[in-house]
Amino acid sequence: MYSNDKCISSGECVKNCPNDALTLTPDGIVTNADLCAMCGKCADVCPTKAMEMTGQLMTTDEVMTQIKKETILMDTSEGGVTFSGGEPLLHHKFLIEMLDACGKEGIHRCIDTTGLANSNILMEVAGKAEHFLYDLKLMDSAKHKEWTGVPNEKILENLKLLAASGMNMNIRIPLIKGVNDDDENIYESAKFIATLEGKKPLVNILPFHNIAAKKYEKLGVHYEKGIMDEPSIERQKRVLEIFEEHGVNAMIGG
Amino acid sequence: MENINHIKVGIDPNGANLPSIKELLGKTDSIQTAERNAASEGNFYEPLGDKIGPGMNSRVQRLRKLSFEAEPSISIERALHQTAFYKEHYGKHSIPVLRALTFLDHCEKKTLYFGEDELIVGERGPVPKAVPTFPELTCHSVEDFHVLNSRDQQRYTTSQEDINTYAKEVIPYWEGRTQRERIFNHVPDTWKRAYEAGLFTEFMEQRAPGHTVLDGKIYKKGMLDFKKEIQDHIDSLDYMMDAEANDKAEQLKAMAISCDASIVFAERHADLAEERAQTESDPAKKAELLKIAEVCRWVPANAPRTFHEAVQMYWFVHLGTITELNGWDAMNPGHFDQHLTPFYEKEIAEGTLTREEAKEIICCMWVKVNNHTAPPKVGITAKESGTYNDFTNINIGGLKSDGSNGVSEVSFILLEAVEELHLLQPGSSVHISPKTPDKFLKAACKVIRQGHGYPSVFSPETYITEMIAMGKSLTDAREGGCSGCIEVGAFGKEAFVLTGYLNVPKIVEITLNNGVDPVTGIFVGTESGDPRTFKTYQELYDAFHKQVKYIVDLKITVSNYIDTMFAKYAPAPFLSVVIEDCISTGKDYYNGGPRYNTNYIQCTGLGTVTDSLSTLKYHVFEEKTFDMDRILTAVANNFKDDEILRQTIVNRTPFFGNDDDYADDIALQVYDDLVKAIDGKPNIKGGEFHLNMLSTTCHVYFGKVMGATPNGRLAAKSISDGTSPSHGCDTNGPSAVIRSLTKLDHTRSGGTLLNQRFLPSLLKRDEDIAKLGKLIRSYFTLGGHHIQFNIVDTATLKAAQENPEDYKDLLVRMAGYSDYFNDMNPDLQQEVIDRTENDSF
Repeated sequence: MYSNDKCISSGECVKNCPNDALTLTPDGIVTNADLCAMCGKCADVCPTKAMEMTGQLMTTDEVMTQIKKETILMDTSEGGVTFSGGEPLLHHKFLIEMLDACGKEGIHRCIDTTGLANSNILMEVAGKAEHFLYDLKLMDSAKHKEWTGVPNEKILENLKLLAASGMNMNIRIPLIKGVNDDDENIYESAKFIATLEGKKPLVNILPFHNIAAKKYEKLGVHYEKGIMDEPSIERQKRVLEIFEEHGVNAMIGG
Repeated sequence: MENINHIKVGIDPNGANLPSIKELLGKTDSIQTAERNAASEGNFYEPLGDKIGPGMNSRVQRLRKLSFEAEPSISIERALHQTAFYKEHYGKHSIPVLRALTFLDHCEKKTLYFGEDELIVGERGPVPKAVPTFPELTCHSVEDFHVLNSRDQQRYTTSQEDINTYAKEVIPYWEGRTQRERIFNHVPDTWKRAYEAGLFTEFMEQRAPGHTVLDGKIYKKGMLDFKKEIQDHIDSLDYMMDAEANDKAEQLKAMAISCDASIVFAERHADLAEERAQTESDPAKKAELLKIAEVCRWVPANAPRTFHEAVQMYWFVHLGTITELNGWDAMNPGHFDQHLTPFYEKEIAEGTLTREEAKEIICCMWVKVNNHTAPPKVGITAKESGTYNDFTNINIGGLKSDGSNGVSEVSFILLEAVEELHLLQPGSSVHISPKTPDKFLKAACKVIRQGHGYPSVFSPETYITEMIAMGKSLTDAREGGCSGCIEVGAFGKEAFVLTGYLNVPKIVEITLNNGVDPVTGIFVGTESGDPRTFKTYQELYDAFHKQVKYIVDLKITVSNYIDTMFAKYAPAPFLSVVIEDCISTGKDYYNGGPRYNTNYIQCTGLGTVTDSLSTLKYHVFEEKTFDMDRILTAVANNFKDDEILRQTIVNRTPFFGNDDDYADDIALQVYDDLVKAIDGKPNIKGGEFHLNMLSTTCHVYFGKVMGATPNGRLAAKSISDGTSPSHGCDTNGPSAVIRSLTKLDHTRSGGTLLNQRFLPSLLKRDEDIAKLGKLIRSYFTLGGHHIQFNIVDTATLKAAQENPEDYKDLLVRMAGYSDYFNDMNPDLQQEVIDRTENDSF
């Protein structure tokens, strides 16, 4: 990732790149993605950390060392660890190792997932977690495919399974103007949630925001502002009302 | 569900780098993005409507408005009385008796102020915020008055006529006789050079030793009771066997005279109230005046019987101590809620007081404290202490001396007064023990959320252990707390004198120059070797350690001399009446009379020191990224032409405050060696020196007297404050900061200070308030001493800088106290802006 505003044009990264993938221009560093081998040598020498590698390879033990530092904070706040992503269930082998390690320490475990996963894996993970944050984006499968690239049948099926297992859940709905904030989708979502077995979940309505824009910029990816937008306050209130009509606990944010 | 500390373990852990809203919005005008609008009463306040200002009712609103708008001025009345009395009586009496008689003389003659609407009466000056001078300590020159009249910040006005009178009547008499001159005429050159280089400051060069805090005795005894006790001790003096009996007799006589002085002062207010009642036609107002007269006839002569009398009792004692000699960190009621609770509960049960009436009395007293601006400072002390604040800190909550929970309904009333009035003074602190109910912590966090910078938050468990470690009894330690900023002592039983700040980063600077101050080229330290010849980090550290010991000893030697001068020439007999054991030992507050006598040296800049040493250890001796000469040359040139070096240091060095053991271990060693250099050195009063970690506003002054430092800090920029990390260097969030901080054993100090700044938007909801509470409890579970918060965003601060008129009421947390943002000089303002702004827990 590259932050132009931190760059002082030292040229250190250009000198250190073994593949000559970087060029210093008057507008900052330009990376030739075809030549870049993601070796990270540019980030190692950047004096200002304008050039950064995201993510870090760590073993279970290394992650646990970091987590255990927070013990007293977790104890006093009744907190724990949330596994999110990306999609944590894509990396279930490591995830399960981590869940076992946290379980041994008595640390509260929470999974933040899109729900798109093999049901057996999901349920194995569920057996090792205390709480789920589960995304529910759109009830209409065709529309779901249009906006996310995948249909939603598997996601809904998994949610039913998970609910029936008695899992504690927050169902999280990113609310996007003109995409999923229409009455029909909200009615369908509320109905679906109301009929779930198991414990009553709390629904978090998450109004859309542009916070990711900066990260797109750092990654050098074009961010199309304006395609998506935050629904009006009135609309948000209406959405809450619909959930209330169905006897579902919902709140904005969370 | 998202708990305060639910750690995100991302398979793609980019969550930590999310930009703030402002980053997204780009560089729009700060005014547009400020989270706190101009002229709003607070982040979460109701608009004022037709009220004239904050306050529970029109009386309090008027009193607050008057106090808020009053401009600090100088009253020369006390100096005139003092000078005339000294001229006539010096030499006729022992010094303690002379001091008591001047105090009595002033109480008999001083112009009274009895404001409309007041329920609590008594003012040190003739009008609110009129500040007396103390020429016996520091005699201001004509030039000083002109500077005070015209300087941009902390202005005090004096009329030309008064300046002329002062020049004629006051200045000639005190020339050569002031404490300040006694001290500066005595100090060795080595001390003077180090002092002028800014290696340390000296509180006592122009203010009396302060940190005077009361326990509960004045609510159980009146001045007449104290007089009787004093007489008993005079009667039992053994002039045959006790070599000090005559000195004790003089001291005790002085104390008795001081008791009379405070009674006379109160009686004069009673007379005035009765006089006004006679001509008052409104029956309600008449009754109110007669009530005030009755209260002033009863206290401070006798122990208070009612809530109103209890508050007025305290106020008279407060006024007495700050009139007699306004010590540094003036005067403080201690655990005010605990002292008032018995009166409150009794009267509520009897139906003679309502909650509203009690709150009104408290608010009246709050305004009174605000009326009492700190005396003006001069010279270096004025440079390092830029504030009107006289540091009265009301302790709320905490533990009782029997170890039980000290929170009562009165605690909540005090919190309401803090929030509603949001005045510069008094400061306030809440004391959060595991026994403190969450309800109280939440109420306190809601006040913190208002963004006025107070209350600050203390851990009684930590400071009680600190005090026991210094030899106090469990009960005395429990009745202790914070006096002004973060320093703690045994209330009502201890003189805990802060002697001045130690510029530890400057010690690093002179170490890198073999004892020479590179700013002036003057040799100010001791020889510790040329760092370019050092082969190991240990050699460098040993050199630094040698300088630390040298400078600390230099400071202590002179501190002890100053203490001797105060004991001899400026005893405080009135204060001695109300501090435990002064009567029974027959000794003054400044002469070892109190049960405990502690001198503190306040060490500053732990973050800057750690980061500088870490830079040299990491880059020069271990990674060998740069050699010593390159870094020292860059430092000497203020990193000019070597921005790559500076950026590499800033971004690629383990710094304090990130829970990184590499840096934190250095901090631990520095802390440990500072403790060893200071702790246990004897003072002249039978007590010892200890350390605390506090900088107040001094880190700005200390930064000004320094060139660049190896951690990438540029010349003249402020050093890190208290025990907080260097500005902007705590990049791993607040939980990493508190873990780094609590690796230090706070209980070996007399207090540490941690600043945290949060965005107002982070604390909007009730569950956010709960999270803040949990952060506080976590810090204290880990052994933290004190934490304070600024709930304000950078855009608001910038907007306030650009439009000072619109942000007159913007209070921010400085260091141990709050100040009006617009009363601060640009350096201090910048320093608040530079603090890391946390946008998540």
